Amino acid sequence: MATRELTYVEALNEALREEMRRDDSVIVFGEEVAAAGGVYKVTKDLLKEFGPKRVLDTPISEIAIVGAAIGAALNGLRPVAEIMFFDFVGIAFDQLVTHASKMRFMSGGQVKLPLVIRTQYSLGRSYGSQHTQFLAASLLQAPGLKIVAPATPYDAKGLLKSSIRDDDPVLFVESGALYVNRSYYGYRGPVPEEEYLIPLGKADVKRVGDDVTIVAVSRTVSEAMAAANQLEEKGVKAEVVDLRTIMPMDYETIINSVKKTNRLVVAEDSVKTGGISAEVASHVCEYAFEYLEAPIVRLNSPPMPAPQASELEKKYMVSAEKIVNAVTKLVK
Amino acid sequence: MYQVLSPEGFAEEELDPRLLLSMYRDMVYARVLDRWLMRLQRMGKIGIHAPSEGQEAAGVGTAYALGENDWIFPLYRELPVFVARKVPISDIVNRNLSNRADPLKGRDFAVYGDIKYRIVPAPIPVAVHIPSAVGFALSLKYKKLSEVVINYFGDGATSKGDFHEALNFAGVFKAPIVFVCVNNQYAISVPVSRQTAVERLSVKAVAYGFEGVSVDGNDVVACYLAAKRAVEKARRGEGPTLIEAVTYRIGPHTTADDPSRYRDDEEVEMWRRRDPITRLRSHLLRRGLWSMDEDEKLWQTAEETIRKTIEECEKNPPLPPESILEDVYATPPWHLIEEREEFSQLR
Ligand SMILES: Cc1ncc(C[n+]2csc(CCOP(=O)(O)OP(=O)(O)O)c2C)c(N)n1
Repeated sequence: MATRELTYVEALNEALREEMRRDDSVIVFGEEVAAAGGVYKVTKDLLKEFGPKRVLDTPISEIAIVGAAIGAALNGLRPVAEIMFFDFVGIAFDQLVTHASKMRFMSGGQVKLPLVIRTQYSLGRSYGSQHTQFLAASLLQAPGLKIVAPATPYDAKGLLKSSIRDDDPVLFVESGALYVNRSYYGYRGPVPEEEYLIPLGKADVKRVGDDVTIVAVSRTVSEAMAAANQLEEKGVKAEVVDLRTIMPMDYETIINSVKKTNRLVVAEDSVKTGGISAEVASHVCEYAFEYLEAPIVRLNSPPMPAPQASELEKKYMVSAEKIVNAVTKLVK
Repeated sequence: MYQVLSPEGFAEEELDPRLLLSMYRDMVYARVLDRWLMRLQRMGKIGIHAPSEGQEAAGVGTAYALGENDWIFPLYRELPVFVARKVPISDIVNRNLSNRADPLKGRDFAVYGDIKYRIVPAPIPVAVHIPSAVGFALSLKYKKLSEVVINYFGDGATSKGDFHEALNFAGVFKAPIVFVCVNNQYAISVPVSRQTAVERLSVKAVAYGFEGVSVDGNDVVACYLAAKRAVEKARRGEGPTLIEAVTYRIGPHTTADDPSRYRDDEEVEMWRRRDPITRLRSHLLRRGLWSMDEDEKLWQTAEETIRKTIEECEKNPPLPPESILEDVYATPPWHLIEEREEFSQLR
């Protein structure tokens, strides 16, 4: 299989392009997505190739963007709408949580909503408190919604294509740090030339190990991979499980890994209180308690807003250093 | 304010008798069914009902302007619209009884909708459906279909961000949609003067770059003609219209409300004298198209038909308990299947 290296952004762009070529019902809209090609270039040149009927700049209206995606999906299109920052998904919370995620159910199964809301959070870019929030945990309370958060170019492409073809509403969360930070594992990576899809709801073991399981998602997968390298030098073999899909979560892969390693660190970018790590940890306690040889460690952002100054932000967020420290204590 | 039928039933424009008689019949059926639903709630047979008494002209008149392929995004108080769309009474009753024939499988209260009749189930959160109605309309345009959308909401909805964002969006993209704001003077207990400082809600359309009209919402002919113009305009690709239908909610907000706490009887009596059904009847009588005998018969038939339909619907079995876990996702994920197992052990 022929492979080349693509960046995270290029892989996303390719996914959109391929799905738009394949299916006329795929349309793209949002703020700055058409003429500018997206503030982070994920939708670059789509306007040129697919024209203004399928690639539309909208007013600054997050409620209407998500609402319009709902309406278009109700009528059989497959809209891919962009909300520029995850923080602003909050503005359309009602549309997403109270409307989109419940429509199939409340209509008695009459309707389906094949829509994708693409968004990104920029923790790790020194963007301050209002552009860095990773709010996926709050959306675990919206059954009916799927939440996907890729950590590598390969996953980004395969998961976005599957999300577009999925018949349920998908919130597709990208990492702004992976758009730009060349030192990250997930910034650039191999992507096959041939078409491929990655099923939603399946986690991925990014690195195999026996001593400890590190469950990560999105940006923190890069931190976990860096940490696993450092741990290897110390003789500790860490297994890195990338959730990839947050809802529905692949509990089976997590549990299987914990049964093997008997130790669990969950590292992800929610603030700790009620974060995704809480869901993972409680699930493991419920279903694999007897396999644990040490308490579960949760590594998150502290339960406070993110600072902007980059030196402070580095201390604030989950890092390879924090993961290494936690694992070292755990395997002692 | 646009009016065609005077309160005494004089008309500036005389419409086709068949159309008028058909609208009259539907208004009467909507009124009788609405009263039955109020009664069924009082009898403890249905959970809650949001009555439409007094608003029949606004619903029936505007709905008659639609072609059968046009799409309806209603609010929860649109019984007259459903009757005008020729939804069988039994469908509406089954919905309210939440039995096995309920198209929404008992998943929502006080609302109706069925894709088979191109009626998208109404929402409870105020104004949440306006943006999706706009998106739907834009997708019709994208598919090069000549269908249009009609979207109903109350006066209270005009205070919401969803309303503003959606109408602005519709204006920018020239969506083929007709917005019908049924101004029934109240949002539960709060009068329209607390929602807005403007005199007429239709002026809000100016800010979105399209036409707004206020019509006498108790004049079915005015509602019909205004909506017809707006529908035709939308079909020609000339964009949206906001219609404010000025009317009055004669009954409580819902069966859970007691309006005597916030409005006096005199006000209600004044609006009763402007009753939309009586007004159309005066017009029909005046033109010799209708007689009091026929009228009596129509009300009796409506009463009988609906009573019998309800009796029939009550024979339907209840919803199967397992159905509660269906339709969350296209394919149920593991964690829902697990719930199903647990659920099946409950008695
Ligand atoms: C977003 C939201 N806020 C509050 C409510 C509670 N609520 C239910 S109906 C209603 C009044 C709505 O009035 P209006 O839009 O004028 O419609 P009407 O009921 O008069 O037909 C309110 C405030 C709600 N359903 N949704």
